[in-house]
Amino acid sequence: MPLTLSMENFVNWISNPWPWYVAGPIIGLMVPLHLVMLNRTFGISSSFRHVCAAVVPNRLDFLQYDWKAESWNLVFAGGILLGAFIAAQYLSIDEPIALSAAAVERMNGFGITDLSGQHPVQLFSWSLIGSWKTLLFVIFGGFLVGFGTRYAGGCTSGHAIMGLSHFQMPSLVAVLGFFTGGLIMSWILLPLLFA
Amino acid sequence: MKNILALLLGTLFGIILVKAEVLSWFRIQEMFAFQSVHMYGIIGSAVVVGAISVLIIRSLGIRSIEGNVIEVKDKAPNYKSAYLGGTVFGLGWAMTGACPGPLYALIGSGTTIMVLAVVAGIIGVYVYAALRDRLPH
Repeated sequence: MPLTLSMENFVNWISNPWPWYVAGPIIGLMVPLHLVMLNRTFGISSSFRHVCAAVVPNRLDFLQYDWKAESWNLVFAGGILLGAFIAAQYLSIDEPIALSAAAVERMNGFGITDLSGQHPVQLFSWSLIGSWKTLLFVIFGGFLVGFGTRYAGGCTSGHAIMGLSHFQMPSLVAVLGFFTGGLIMSWILLPLLFA
Repeated sequence: MKNILALLLGTLFGIILVKAEVLSWFRIQEMFAFQSVHMYGIIGSAVVVGAISVLIIRSLGIRSIEGNVIEVKDKAPNYKSAYLGGTVFGLGWAMTGACPGPLYALIGSGTTIMVLAVVAGIIGVYVYAALRDRLPH
């Protein structure tokens, strides 16, 4: 934090990455802000379900409900898109993420040497759309996120943050699941995929 | 009114996801490899602030801005689906490097190929809905 308050210092501070102890508590405030302003619990993955219910013709019980009553969640998702655009365009400096040295070494071991930007351009780029690895990570990965969050009944927001914030046992179990899957992918499957 | 508030909250959340690098594949890999405190610090401090907030709202009986009683709904006690579905999600999280919020944020911040991940996620929901009766919950 700047010691002297000036516009220049503020812009400078806001443009640098925010440390976890600033960002985490603000994310935590999403919980009371949702409850007080919207009288809804914080969560995002349901938006996938609402889109599915809205656009895919079907007769499945799970997708027959009044999604319009939850359309605020789609607006919230649109807001995330907008906020991310604003942050990336106007509130950021173009520097690689300050990863730990161990993480940099691990990425290089995976053959990921371009550590610029937020996501590895060597995996997540339109120009690589013909590569099986890119298709696997984007499409199969996205499929698992959609299937898994609905099966579990929530994601990092709905279970890990909202659920744990009011001491829900199913949420704790879900978070154990998140890490079971994440650790299997990280420690066993990714080294094979990048071998 | 509700939509305006939702848009504002979403915008704030999107800004944080970028500024705190939560949408970064690199940060997610670093987390699962236990190589940095960054993501654990974010999720942990968010839960602490969230839990204190819920306690305050409940103990003071704070109402929503529309004047209604705030209901914090319990999660369905389906432990099998929480664990199994959570595991499926975790596999996808470590592949895409993003949970649903960050997927939207990635599209907004320029990694537009993630549109395909969102579409695939919506198909994933459909497949879950079709198989739901046959899956353990």
